[in-house]
Amino acid sequence: MSDNSRRGFLGTVAAALAGIAIAPGFRLIEIAAARAPEEAASAKVRWGMLIDTAKCATGCTDCVTACNKENGLHDTGRPRTDAQWIRKIDLKDLRSGRQHSAPVMCQHCAEPPCVDVCPTGASFKRADGIVLVDRHSCIGCRYCVMACPYKARSFVHENLEDQRPIVPRGKGTVEGCTLCVHKIDRGDGTTACAEACKAAGHEAIVFGDLNDPQSTISQRLREIPSVQLRSDLRLNTGVRYSGV
Amino acid sequence: MPRLAATLALALVAGPSLARDRVPTPEIVIARPGQCVEPTEVMRRDHMRFLLHQRDRTVREGIRTPKYSLAGCVECHASTKTGSVLGEGGFCQDCHSYAGVKLDCFECHAAKPERLSAQARP
Repeated sequence: MSDNSRRGFLGTVAAALAGIAIAPGFRLIEIAAARAPEEAASAKVRWGMLIDTAKCATGCTDCVTACNKENGLHDTGRPRTDAQWIRKIDLKDLRSGRQHSAPVMCQHCAEPPCVDVCPTGASFKRADGIVLVDRHSCIGCRYCVMACPYKARSFVHENLEDQRPIVPRGKGTVEGCTLCVHKIDRGDGTTACAEACKAAGHEAIVFGDLNDPQSTISQRLREIPSVQLRSDLRLNTGVRYSGV
Repeated sequence: MPRLAATLALALVAGPSLARDRVPTPEIVIARPGQCVEPTEVMRRDHMRFLLHQRDRTVREGIRTPKYSLAGCVECHASTKTGSVLGEGGFCQDCHSYAGVKLDCFECHAAKPERLSAQARP
């Protein structure tokens, strides 16, 4: 056997062994590299977040501020009608007096009620689990706003100016947390809120791929107890909470 | 008599070009001239089709290739004076006003490239 053919043979054996080790749908090391720009979002990944309320500081709104900046949401001075993609909510146990707070945004359900009720198909779930509004076909009926158990959707009431080129938004349509889809498509692998939370030193928000057993979020979910908000509705949310 | 014939002949020759000149066609100024993603004739006729397909691929599937993207159009075609594709001398609006076709892309999309849009507004 010549050196060349032996190398070829060894290569074939290695490839065959790798084929055995990597069963369909399971890879030893999930490739977290960014998709190519021409590659569509795939159901192999499911993006989600884990929010550790023990680390979330009461009174801190850095995630909300970062979200507004990233997505070009401006304060008009009319908070009742302003779009809101993340809300900070404060919780208090009346018996023990324990207080904590948590950000609540679109929970990116696997079975999203907003998609069920949408009459035009504008509200949809992308292959990688992100629930979005296609504002080209949104008619602004706001059924989804009513259907969402998390109050995560906002209606845009006024003409907008100075939208970011990467985040188009406009009057007469419904919107909500996109899980910073433009950042995901770019391959940043994080969201504006998670970045801001980390920068503030809290690290209460962990973003990652729920389908990848090696990702930080999956490891944390294995380690600490977590819940889905309104898990009784069995929507299988992509955003999980610990300590609520 | 020969003079009249000559005048008539001149009128016939010059007629069509004079008629064209009377119609105020939009003055198209391209801020960053160069090769567009398709030949000019194709773009004039079909740009809306390219944009329509690209928008569905982008929103629904997350395919963000720069070719045919609206942000790509704005990047090259925004006016050097106003920084926008809308308004006086705006590449998109001038032609759409001339053709009488409603242009509603920019009710949601930014009409200025990222570097010029006031994204850092508090």
